[in-house]
Amino acid sequence: MSQTKKELLVDPLVDNNPITLQVLGICSALAVTSSLQVAFVMALAVTFVTAFASMFISILRNQIPGSIRIIVQMVIIASLVILVDQILKAYAFQISKTLSVFVGLIITNCIVMGRAEAFAMKNPPVASFIDGIGNGLGYGLILMLVGFIRELFGSGSLFGVTILQTVNNGGWYVPNGLLLLPPSAFFVIGLLIWAFRTWKPNQVEDREYKIQQAEAH
Amino acid sequence: MEGLISLAVKAIFVENLALSFFLGMCTFIAVSKKISTALGLGISVMVVQAITVPANNLLLTYLLKPGALAWAGFPDVDLTFLGLISYIGVIAAMVQILEMVLDKYFPPLYNALGIFLPLITVNCAILGGSLFMVERDYNFAEAATYGISSGFGWALAITAMAGVREKLKYSDIPDGLQGLGITFITAGLMAMAFMSFSGVKL
Repeated sequence: MSQTKKELLVDPLVDNNPITLQVLGICSALAVTSSLQVAFVMALAVTFVTAFASMFISILRNQIPGSIRIIVQMVIIASLVILVDQILKAYAFQISKTLSVFVGLIITNCIVMGRAEAFAMKNPPVASFIDGIGNGLGYGLILMLVGFIRELFGSGSLFGVTILQTVNNGGWYVPNGLLLLPPSAFFVIGLLIWAFRTWKPNQVEDREYKIQQAEAH
Repeated sequence: MEGLISLAVKAIFVENLALSFFLGMCTFIAVSKKISTALGLGISVMVVQAITVPANNLLLTYLLKPGALAWAGFPDVDLTFLGLISYIGVIAAMVQILEMVLDKYFPPLYNALGIFLPLITVNCAILGGSLFMVERDYNFAEAATYGISSGFGWALAITAMAGVREKLKYSDIPDGLQGLGITFITAGLMAMAFMSFSGVKL
């Protein structure tokens, strides 16, 4: 093992973030971030599923025949997601209603599948488990950042607690309704990616076409 | 009939799977660099969606719902908790069958779509379509309509996106925004455009 356990855990947070660099699991990142509480629950659920799915798949990796590995992985992931879904329905019904289909969609969340395929099939259980947690946290980090921006400026609150008193409630802050609507999620993530890549220039993608520099006359 | 048409229009424009529910985003971003591939993938999604949503609807009505097993003599059994695993199973099986049928009887189509078919199993738009069908309690006719039209909406969105990106690569974009970043912002602008359909009533 060239990577230490700490690297496995910290690396996916910024340097190899699943959303901004690996382009995995964007669907839910956009849809559940209009409030911080929902984003938090979603991040927790995804971390749980990714970590345990990676661990179980890694335990079974020598028994799974290559030709049917996708379906085996699917079954493991789907069982874990059903577990999460039932727990949410039992203990946090309101949040499970808000998340609606997105809990089920953790099954097809590319992060879980991607890590299972790329890491857990080749590495021992403990390392896979940590890798799963790391990637779940990297995903959660972006989710919470986007949720923070959208809820704070969209409805003037964080975790449902009013921070900026809105005009409707006699305060001074005029909420930006656009931030609660779907398109804003795209903008916020786009700008976040920009920020990340300005910070870490080695993540910048190459241009397909170079702009020709005008010659000096 | 009117209800079905309005459902279809709603699924294509107002509640576009890609742009207002962000489903199938991974493939939406990854495979939208060229119009021809985007169109191929879009059509495959539409076909698979049109088959799996009604199929999962039948599965739900006759096997999973509380009381659905009455025909087999188990009127009290409620298997809805098995929903997720059965839907994904149906989707994986359907994609596999479709791939084999195309390979056998329509080789040109298989060559065009073949590489996209395995990708579709893990496309959230497909599972999402089935889950929305369950959540909104569609009957069979509605499920069939919803399947076709939501798939069409997705295909429309990815093809339009590819069109924009083909032009976009010639533009002078700030370094950090290159690639993924600008694609997100473009998708955001497209989502705003699609939101303006929300006033349409039939």
